[in-house]
Amino acid sequence: MIEIRGLIKAFGSRPILKGIDLDVAEGEFLTLVGPNGAGKTTLMNIIATLSQPTAGQVRVAGYDLHDDAIEVRRHIGLVSHKTLLYDDLSADQNLRFYARLYDLPRPQARIETMLRQVGLWGHQRDPVRTFSRGMQQRLAIARALLHDPPVLLLDEPDTGLDQHATARLNHLLDQATTASHTVLMTTHNLERGLAWGDRVAILAGGRIAYQARRPDLDIEALRAQYDLHVTGG
Amino acid sequence: MTSSDRWTAVLIAVAGLLMIAAIGLVFGVAPDPVNLESPVERFSQRIFYFHVPSWWVGFLAFTVAAAAAALYLITGKERWDVIELSSIEIGLTFITIGLITGSIWARSTWNTWWTWEPRLTTAAIGWLTYAGYLMLRGAIDHPQRRARFGAVFCLIAFLSVPINFMAIRWWRTIHPVVIGTGSPDAQGGFATGPTIRLIFLFCLLTFTLLYFALLSLRVRTEWLSRRVQQVKQQMMFR
Amino acid sequence: MSYLRKVLAIVIKDVSAELRTREMVSSMLVFSLLVILIFNFAFDLRADNQRTLAPGVLWVAIAFSGMLGLSRSFIVEKDRGSIEGLLLAPMDRSAIFLGKMLGNVLFMVAIEIIILPVFVVLFNLSAGDLLPLAGIMVLGTIGFAGVGTLFSAMVVHTRAREVLLPVLLFPVVIPVMLSAVRLTAAVLDGLPMAEMQNWLSLLIAFDAIFFALSFILFDFVMEE
Repeated sequence: MIEIRGLIKAFGSRPILKGIDLDVAEGEFLTLVGPNGAGKTTLMNIIATLSQPTAGQVRVAGYDLHDDAIEVRRHIGLVSHKTLLYDDLSADQNLRFYARLYDLPRPQARIETMLRQVGLWGHQRDPVRTFSRGMQQRLAIARALLHDPPVLLLDEPDTGLDQHATARLNHLLDQATTASHTVLMTTHNLERGLAWGDRVAILAGGRIAYQARRPDLDIEALRAQYDLHVTGG
Repeated sequence: MTSSDRWTAVLIAVAGLLMIAAIGLVFGVAPDPVNLESPVERFSQRIFYFHVPSWWVGFLAFTVAAAAAALYLITGKERWDVIELSSIEIGLTFITIGLITGSIWARSTWNTWWTWEPRLTTAAIGWLTYAGYLMLRGAIDHPQRRARFGAVFCLIAFLSVPINFMAIRWWRTIHPVVIGTGSPDAQGGFATGPTIRLIFLFCLLTFTLLYFALLSLRVRTEWLSRRVQQVKQQMMFR
Repeated sequence: MSYLRKVLAIVIKDVSAELRTREMVSSMLVFSLLVILIFNFAFDLRADNQRTLAPGVLWVAIAFSGMLGLSRSFIVEKDRGSIEGLLLAPMDRSAIFLGKMLGNVLFMVAIEIIILPVFVVLFNLSAGDLLPLAGIMVLGTIGFAGVGTLFSAMVVHTRAREVLLPVLLFPVVIPVMLSAVRLTAAVLDGLPMAEMQNWLSLLIAFDAIFFALSFILFDFVMEE
């Protein structure tokens, strides 16, 4: 579903991504762990068409990032540590706005479904600024899933959430994403990365330093690999 | 020393020699215009040999910058960004010289340092616009964004200058037009003879060469300073 | 047309956010009234000269309050990252420009609708001047908001943010200010529009040229 080949990104003369090759199969949940500044968000932004790669090729759902950016956008939903919501608008207004941008045919029904799913039905008329961090994050997920994208990008979705809210987020993702959803998530929490993902990859030094599937990997092994590639250098 | 360095050195040497010759010609050879009465006016008129070429270089520099900006946006090659920035810096320097020399001349001929005459007003606005360009660049940290926004603003600025001029010209003008026909209200114009014209053309050529000499020098230093930055960062982020 | 629906969605979004808080339009309005008041003191607008100063006062008030609106325009998008939400939508990025610009025009027009009558009363103008004045205001506002929206999208990425916007925008929109002031003066003096053809053409030409340029260049501003 996501194919990345030889991806390079430099800010000015400072290289962030130094040649990424990565595939995420349809229906797979891949978590990408790495220290701050490793380029996790940069990679996500490139896949989401928000940032142009310096070199390399990316295909999402069969569409080339460069040639068919608009088609790529139609097929992805992004949840980042920013909510991408308007504080002054209500939950309903926010979703209605995004429904228009995505040409949803029956927006009202879809919005209700999504709000019920994330447990915000009943708050739909409240302005987002009155929501707690956890509620805002749930609404951000509803926003990202509104147009039912086959590919979901989660860029540190657990930032700023307490344990309860994180557990709820996990539950929600389990519910909202079916076997047909492809998910790419970044996190700096190794336990969470291992618990949620089918496969874990370590991004360090601008490259995919290590990757393994879950049954073959336990937390001790992952931590050892992480220390080797990140801390040990 | 690379061959482009050698070219820069040659350009600077030639421009320097021509400039010395130009100063000699203006103060030693050029005759007094016949129609100017007072000795002050006769002397201050010689500023025209430096004033007009300064403005010409300003316009040339901003035109080159706008072309470079368009090329940068199309190709994304850093070289064009360096040329655009360098050219604007030089252009801004020369229009500053143009403003100062004009002001000195105006004091002796119009008896005022400044007047809100269209060309002067346009000049002042143009100066502010391109000063804004440098401020815009200075306020952006992200290098590619700095280059992109710089190019966008440079194109808008370049287009705004003639429109500004046209708008402001519809007020009455008192600026003299020495070459070509001027408005009948112009004050301080003077008659030109073949010698004056020839020396003026010589000054124009000298300033044009000086522009290209400075441009190649500035492009070179900017390029090197970016290289140094790059090497520094590569060492830091390895 | 799906493109226009998206443009409209952005306008509706901005207007409904504003209707909820009314923060921006109210401060723009109070600010423009303050400008008129301050000019009143600064120039001591007496009966014999107020007509000559009126057009300038009006357009300074519009330009300054418009600047407030423009500087907020993209800050609200940047704060919660919603600009990324716009960029993620499957549409041409020029739709963002059109939507934001239309919103900015609407906010400025809302202010003008209120200050125009105030202006008519303060400067003792005849009601017959209202219609041509409104037309000039709309043309001037379009010229102002076109480049203004482009610059607003640029300055949110700078360290100086809203401080930089007037520095960049005012020199470029001077032709708008000049022609609008001249046209307004012509209306107040009861000159026939035929005599003002120059200024009207200049204003329309500026609107068209800078709208087209901003529309094209906006893509480069949105790129990351």
